[in-house]
Amino acid sequence: MAAILSISDLRKSYEGGFEALKGVSLDIDEGEILALLGPNGAGKTTLISTVCGIITPTSGSVKVGGHCIIDDFRAARALIGLVPQEINLEPFEKVINSVRFSRGLFGKPKNEPLIEDILKKLSLWDKRNAQVKELSGGMKRRVLIAKALAHEPRVLFLDEPTAGVDVELRKDMWDVVQELKDSGVTIILTTHYIEEAEAIADRVGVIADGQILLVKDKDDLMAQLGQKQLCVYLTAPVSEVPSSLATYDLELSEAGDALIYTYDTKAERTGITALLNDVAAAGLVLADVSTRQSSLEDIFVGLVSGEKS
Amino acid sequence: MNWTAIWSIYRFEMARFFRTLFQSFLSPVLSTSLYFVVFGAAIGSRIDQVDGIAYGAFIVPGLIMLSVMTQSISNASFGIYFPKFIGTIYELLSAPVNFLEIVLGYVGAAATKALFIGTVILATSTLFVDITIAHPLAMVLFLVLTCLSFALLGFIIGIWAKNFEQLQLVPLLIVTPLVFLGGSFYSISMLPPIWQKITLFNPVVYLISGFRWSFFGASDVPVGTSLLAIGVFTALCLGVIWWIFKTGWRIRS
Repeated sequence: MAAILSISDLRKSYEGGFEALKGVSLDIDEGEILALLGPNGAGKTTLISTVCGIITPTSGSVKVGGHCIIDDFRAARALIGLVPQEINLEPFEKVINSVRFSRGLFGKPKNEPLIEDILKKLSLWDKRNAQVKELSGGMKRRVLIAKALAHEPRVLFLDEPTAGVDVELRKDMWDVVQELKDSGVTIILTTHYIEEAEAIADRVGVIADGQILLVKDKDDLMAQLGQKQLCVYLTAPVSEVPSSLATYDLELSEAGDALIYTYDTKAERTGITALLNDVAAAGLVLADVSTRQSSLEDIFVGLVSGEKS
Repeated sequence: MNWTAIWSIYRFEMARFFRTLFQSFLSPVLSTSLYFVVFGAAIGSRIDQVDGIAYGAFIVPGLIMLSVMTQSISNASFGIYFPKFIGTIYELLSAPVNFLEIVLGYVGAAATKALFIGTVILATSTLFVDITIAHPLAMVLFLVLTCLSFALLGFIIGIWAKNFEQLQLVPLLIVTPLVFLGGSFYSISMLPPIWQKITLFNPVVYLISGFRWSFFGASDVPVGTSLLAIGVFTALCLGVIWWIFKTGWRIRS
């Protein structure tokens, strides 16, 4: 699939010498959801703000739908919708007028059915005549999304869409993102919630210290770097791992009632059959077994701490 | 040109004005009435005429200018400072609009508000004094140009200001003294000779003088000079704004 957004060697240095982006290159395909994962201060917002025109890059190039964001800024920006991290809204304006304003600002002619459709999809239609300041935090965030969608962008940036949002609303937001994707919008979202990236992204990019550490298909990333743990629960606790099982490099749980075996799912032989046979041979009685796949969080922590060391 | 964007900004800004229409309307009516009571009736009764014009009528152009200048500045500076303050400026910066379109939207709205207030003051003054306008077209031209140029200045102040105090600083410390000393309530021919020379460095003198000419046909400085002064002032403000958007000073990092 063709890249709708192409970032090449993008750098941003501030006057004090601080380098917020250190040569970021990234291609984003049309119709995908890319999650940019990174700790606070990694450069996620700087990257988004630069692509959207809020920050002027020091060097490098960004093309949106083939249009350069500097030389051809009108065509490039017309394709982009931005949902900022902070809830930045004119408090005294009515919801619907705020959304209409955004459409007009992007030079699009009036389209009331579209505005109605957007507000209904985001469950804001009933609140259309309310002043923005009367809304709850979650509703305000939806207004930001409605404003970003008002000019029918092909690329939508969501900067930490669920920061400070409760669990239920977060799930709602994920549904909204999925619907947008289904309607053909390319979505780039930043988050430091790994479960968010895991739940909705097609690809995951990890950014730390102004650099992209990796960009991978989410499932590939999980499969490539993922390890699994087998937990063997025993009917009676043991004080130490029996010496006959020493070759397996097992961990004993704190209570002594479980043996934990870490293995690679991609390995030719996982060694599970042999382990279970040897556990029985050592005279231990199994109460239960469970397996656990390492999460993106484990991968992420591994990558970021590896970068720092 | 993205005319739809200009119109959207203009309407959004005007909506703020209409939300507080009553205050917007009442405050100039009240302050004008107060000026007429104090200067027109109480003090003005002891001053016969200035340049052959009744004092009550003489102060009308200055009074309109005083309000129009301060309103243009405060409307425009607040108009652009508020999005900066609450963060909604992100939308302007990421929209497919250039500096001229943003300026036209904000400055146009601020100038319209000031024009409205100027008109209200003019209408209120007719309740107190008899006024005839010698050159109505020139009067409208001077009024519109003053609204626009001072709204441009206000726009610059709004971008420059880092807090609400700074927003008030320039109007309070520079503009109000210049307007008061610019002949709003007197003819500069009433000043001692040395001050008549010094006052010519005050740009507001030319605006008030030109505006007063459009009412009474008499002025402190030639009308052409007044028009030139307002033209230079407008061009200067536009130049500064062009530079602000080119460099992103205080708006784009």
